[in-house]
Amino acid sequence: MSKTKTIYVQRFTVFARVLHLTVIISFLTLALTGMALKFADEPWAGAIASFFGSFKVLGVLHRIGAVLTFAYFFLHFILIYQNWRKTNKSLLSFLFDKTIGMVPNLQDLKEIGQTLKWFVGKGPKPRYGRWTYWEKFDYFAVFWGVAVIGLTGICLWFPVWVTQYIPGSWLNIATIIHSDEALLATGFIFTIHFFNTHIRPEKYPLDRVIFTGSITLDELKHERPREYEMLVKEGRLDDVIVDKPPRWLVIFAYVFGFTALTIGMFLVFTIIYTIATLTFG
Amino acid sequence: MKTTTRKKIGIFTGVFFAVLLTITVSSRSALSMSNEECLECHGDEDLTRESNDSSVYVNAEILASSIHGDEDCISCHQDADTEDEHPSKLTKVNCDECHEDVGKIYEESIHGKARSRGDALAPYCYTCHGTHGILPPSDPNSKVYVTNIPKTCGHCHKEGSPMTKTHENIDQHNVLQNFSMSMHGKGLLKSGLIVAAVCTSCHTSHNVLPHTDPASSINRHNVAKTCMKCHANIERTHQKVIRKTLWEKETHKIPSCVECHQPHIERQIMYSDSLTDDFCMKCHDDPNLVMANDEGGIKSLYVDLEEYDEFRGTLHKKEKIACVKCHSNVDIAREPICINSGPVDCSACHPEENDIFQKSIHGKLLAKLDPNAPGCTDCHGKHANMSKANPDSPINPINIPLLCGSCHQEGKKAAVRIKKGHEHNIVSTYSMSIHGKGLVKSGLLVSATCASCHTGHSILPQSDPDSTVNRNHVTATCETCHYGVARKIKQSVHNTPVGADSSRFPTCSDCHSAHGAARITEAAFRKQQAAECEKCHQEQVETYRESYHGKASMLAGGERAAQCSDCHGSHSMLPATDPDATLSGDNAVRTCRKCHPGANLSFTTYRTHATHSDKEHNPDMYYVFWSMTILLLGTFSLFGLHTLLWIPRSLKERLELRKARKQKK
Repeated sequence: MSKTKTIYVQRFTVFARVLHLTVIISFLTLALTGMALKFADEPWAGAIASFFGSFKVLGVLHRIGAVLTFAYFFLHFILIYQNWRKTNKSLLSFLFDKTIGMVPNLQDLKEIGQTLKWFVGKGPKPRYGRWTYWEKFDYFAVFWGVAVIGLTGICLWFPVWVTQYIPGSWLNIATIIHSDEALLATGFIFTIHFFNTHIRPEKYPLDRVIFTGSITLDELKHERPREYEMLVKEGRLDDVIVDKPPRWLVIFAYVFGFTALTIGMFLVFTIIYTIATLTFG
Repeated sequence: MKTTTRKKIGIFTGVFFAVLLTITVSSRSALSMSNEECLECHGDEDLTRESNDSSVYVNAEILASSIHGDEDCISCHQDADTEDEHPSKLTKVNCDECHEDVGKIYEESIHGKARSRGDALAPYCYTCHGTHGILPPSDPNSKVYVTNIPKTCGHCHKEGSPMTKTHENIDQHNVLQNFSMSMHGKGLLKSGLIVAAVCTSCHTSHNVLPHTDPASSINRHNVAKTCMKCHANIERTHQKVIRKTLWEKETHKIPSCVECHQPHIERQIMYSDSLTDDFCMKCHDDPNLVMANDEGGIKSLYVDLEEYDEFRGTLHKKEKIACVKCHSNVDIAREPICINSGPVDCSACHPEENDIFQKSIHGKLLAKLDPNAPGCTDCHGKHANMSKANPDSPINPINIPLLCGSCHQEGKKAAVRIKKGHEHNIVSTYSMSIHGKGLVKSGLLVSATCASCHTGHSILPQSDPDSTVNRNHVTATCETCHYGVARKIKQSVHNTPVGADSSRFPTCSDCHSAHGAARITEAAFRKQQAAECEKCHQEQVETYRESYHGKASMLAGGERAAQCSDCHGSHSMLPATDPDATLSGDNAVRTCRKCHPGANLSFTTYRTHATHSDKEHNPDMYYVFWSMTILLLGTFSLFGLHTLLWIPRSLKERLELRKARKQKK
């Protein structure tokens, strides 16, 4: 073959990928068991409960999911720390950095405008950095979601303990927030996140990067030019060049990825169908 | 004034003389024909009627010696009193003229009614009393003297007479023959005992009425009185078999005499010393003895003495009851005497049970000749009927579900009456119930069986207001065993106040389904609870189902989630406003602690039935829900639009990427 060898660069470390695997597993578990309770009088919910034997099992699984969630939530601060240590920046300038920072900033506002123009054909493709604005939204959605659903979830998990500090009538509020925020989270992840990352034509049917951890250099140049330029400028490009992902990892990426996608899509379409029939039926 | 008075006196005097004149003329003419004058012609033995040559001779001696010897001929034959020759056809003598009272009784009797109906065979006075030679009943020559009565009545009522041939509705046959061989008949005819009962002793002379007439002397209710005219202290003899109090207070419940002592054949043949079981067994011991049945098949008449053995606790054997006591309709005029004796009538000895049974659905259907309706023997057995205390008895509690199930099951006799959507497998449902398991699995004889709730004899459909399982009586029926529960219910909010519409209050069977009554800890019972309460408490159950408890209870294993009764209590349920209620004040803490140990008063402020849609009561929930919903809708609208805009651009990107790759190649 006359073709030059494809160069791969690392986007996610093993630790980051393991954390995201934890997110997938815990999130699917929480969504499946939680929605079965929320829509208990629907036949599909009954089927899920019957599959696991009892609503008590659903409860146990839900709590395991909750523990995993709290675990990845706290562990990801280590990831942030690691990523920060790779740069020479102070913590704040790392977090708010135009190219590699995770906190939304003015650059993102500009890019939103550019993106909308690009969508309608009134401008060129924006030159994104390491994190696009929608990726940052995904991140903070989870961040916010875990905080809100987690706190209300703890109230519902330990009602006797929390009612020593708050009135029992607040548990009604906690229930609504927990349940509706969860609906928002599942809805968002299984539609918007799935589309943005996997299903949109450029990536269809699956973006395997979250499992393999690496993208091609071409992709990096094309999709995240400002990150590429930064790496070149700082002379760190060679540090991130990795081997082609092994075949087993690619197979795993597709098998696991499609399974998770299927479960998520099944759940979200069932929920949409159920809400539609409850609202309009 | 004076003129009107005079006028009145004038009219009165006129009328007076007119009446006097009429009386004088008529009495003169009545006296005008003497018996001698009549006998001038009718004394001739050869005098016959012109029309049919029948004799019109009157024996003067007989007439003179008769009870009417002093009467004139024309007293009876009034239309013969003419100046000249009397009409060739005289009207029939009307005895009513003198015997008005008897005449009235006669007219109401079966004989009198037949006559007024125009029945040519109906007897009139002279049929029994004769014509010119009427003698007092005390005269041994009288046709109505006690020894002559069977002959007089038998003239019409003997087998083969024109009357018996045409009057098929009289259900007694061989009356005269049977009577003559009966105790009464033999006493009269053989022993010349004139105190022996004859036809008129029981049937009366003039007031003869069919036994179906309540006024009849032989009606079921009057028979005892009739027999007791002679058998004055007969009840003392019978007190061995019939309770004394029954005899005194509820005479309608004792069997009537004729039920044991057949009318007209009241002989000793009813007693085993003359018609022994051995006599019956001469034929019925043969296993091949059969007769044709109504359906054209054959019916075995074999009596298995083994089955009817004292050892097996057969009730009738214990009481040493002979075959003929039950098969009483034997007739010595028949050969064999038991032929066509018909089914046994248990009510002869068991009138009380029979009265109840008649009113039951089984009895009513049987009266309508429903081929599927059960009679006494269908449940109690025929020869092998045993005390219900005997475990071999079909009516022993342990066997009752099987017994009732032999009809009340899909594909069995009573299945024709099972309505659509009703319980089709009562027996199998029952055997799965707490009652059924107690009885069948544990052999607990005090467990409720079919008969415990439905009764043995007075079974009525639930819709009948008198039924023990009618919703007005169900609680009372259950109370016979579950007394403590019933007492709690009566103090609870669910007790039906006197005079209130009972359909608005729950009965036992509303929560504990009738046949499938389950143990309350069973999953099926617990999961069914909300649906039962929902029948009345719709809104509360709806909101319950929106709560965690309600949602969990709908899923597999949901019986472990809190059900209505876990918080509200069950039988002694009280409104939450009652200080004794499970959810009032400190009680609520205790109630919650059953599942949530350590719960405090603050915990109990959780609003179990609250929904976000109730803005008035739960504004906080309402606003939080809508805030969350707006957040949700807002996020999805924003990103939905973003996605929609992205799709065409993304497609283009992909196509360009492919082009670029191709060019590279």
